[in-house]
Amino acid sequence: MLEALGITIPGRVSGVTAQLHSGRLTAICGPNGAGKSTLLSALAGLIVPDSGTVTLLSKPLDQITPQERACRIGYLPQSAQVAWNISVRTLAGLGRMPHRTGDAENARAVDEALGLMQLEGMADRALSDLSGGERARALMARVLATQPQWILADEPLAALDLAHQQALAARLRALSAQGRGVVVVVHDLALAMNHADHVIVLDKGTVAATGAPVKALSERVIADVWGLQTQWVGEPGHRALVM
Amino acid sequence: MSLTKTLILALIATLPLSLLAGQVWIDPFGPPVPNATAILMELRLPRAILALILGAGLGAAGAAMQGYLRNPLADPGLFGIAPAAALGAVLSFYAGFAAQALLLPLLALIGAGGAMGLLALIAGRSGGIALFTLAGMMIASLAGALTSLAISLSPNPFALSDIVTWLMGALADRGWYEVRLAAPLTVLGLVALWRAAPSLDALTLGEDAARSLGVEPTRLLWLMIVGVGLIVGSGVAVAGMIGFVGLMVPHFVRPFTDQRPSATLVPSALAGALLLLIADCLCRILPLAGGELRLGIALSLAGAPFFLRLLLKIRRELA
Repeated sequence: MLEALGITIPGRVSGVTAQLHSGRLTAICGPNGAGKSTLLSALAGLIVPDSGTVTLLSKPLDQITPQERACRIGYLPQSAQVAWNISVRTLAGLGRMPHRTGDAENARAVDEALGLMQLEGMADRALSDLSGGERARALMARVLATQPQWILADEPLAALDLAHQQALAARLRALSAQGRGVVVVVHDLALAMNHADHVIVLDKGTVAATGAPVKALSERVIADVWGLQTQWVGEPGHRALVM
Repeated sequence: MSLTKTLILALIATLPLSLLAGQVWIDPFGPPVPNATAILMELRLPRAILALILGAGLGAAGAAMQGYLRNPLADPGLFGIAPAAALGAVLSFYAGFAAQALLLPLLALIGAGGAMGLLALIAGRSGGIALFTLAGMMIASLAGALTSLAISLSPNPFALSDIVTWLMGALADRGWYEVRLAAPLTVLGLVALWRAAPSLDALTLGEDAARSLGVEPTRLLWLMIVGVGLIVGSGVAVAGMIGFVGLMVPHFVRPFTDQRPSATLVPSALAGALLLLIADCLCRILPLAGGELRLGIALSLAGAPFFLRLLLKIRRELA
């Protein structure tokens, strides 16, 4: 279990407590500036909170070495910038850095990650030759190549078209079904409603609602947090939000 | 054949040839040249070895800097270590003729060490790259101003002329003393950069992703200060200012690698050694009234058009 216990980062989040379970797809939602990315960074161990702690299996994250933390928690930042025009395979290979394993094992993990993201055919293509969607999948393959127990992704679906959004969301679900903990920041509430097992809604740096999607993303919560009158329509798993 | 092997073979082929070229040409199959052994062992061999050491250091430092700043226009000079070393060297001209030769490299190293210490003091705790670069630029600007002040207050016209000539950078008249001084420091610097290489690869993805992969920014920053500082500091101490090698060389080798900073490090060191060896050899044999063309000037002359081409290429890519 990955837990945030009353973490406060001045000006961004205040007293946030959240429990994340492996084997679940957790979505972090909220308006702009609510503290979603900050919470995700803190869960990844990249920001040390001023007060409160983040624990992994009850052990404070700052007591785990950076290398061990990197093996267990894969983090995908919002920025898709890559400094050099490397190939898809080289990009995914960067995910092997925390592991001190041999070339053969690294190549196997990279191939598996490329397979999961359906990138086998374009492994040797340069990043500049990829479409936005392919690039997003290549960046996710880098996280998967680490084979982490936890996958924390900041808006991984934002740059994707509708079909690729659904495909990646389904793949993230499949990864969580295999026992990994998957935590994503999403803006699209319908994606969170239809794919997540658990939702945390943040508002002005505090937790406004948490629980199953039906509860945490109820029309009342949306009215309170986003100030919008909305209605969910459709069947469970295929819901859409109408204004 | 791999890039590294090709460069090693080119170096093995160029080194003996470079020893034969100069104002006195030595033809191994021709009639014996008077003092050939002394020319080779005391003049040309240490000079060639110094070119190899300095070129390798500057090439690798350039590759590491471009990786660290994620910028193809980065250069080892950006950290302000070279101007600070030059300031130290210039101060030695105040010590008088007798002490100057011995003091120059030492004061240059003290200058480089001072810049490294100042960088660490300003940016060392946060490990932030932007703060680090700004601190480097501030040190470069301060050291440049103090150097100009020292030159303008020069004790006599001869010292002034010596200072200005020395600042241009050259390997002429350098011997085993300079090799013994620069070699260990450059090797230490190369080891530091080699240890930084995996972290530089991770930085390709940006600072946050790199940290999530286990990179410790403060450790990386110290490795960069030590690596670039020792290489540039010892280079300036023995040869004066030699620019553009660190900027140019990584661009020559990058297209032949998978583009990761760690993959460009060793080829950049080898190509830097080759470039400086050839450039110094050309400086030696070019007919020029009043002596040799200074190596620093030659490289800047060659480097400026290269830099312009690079800028135009980047502009095309942005368009």
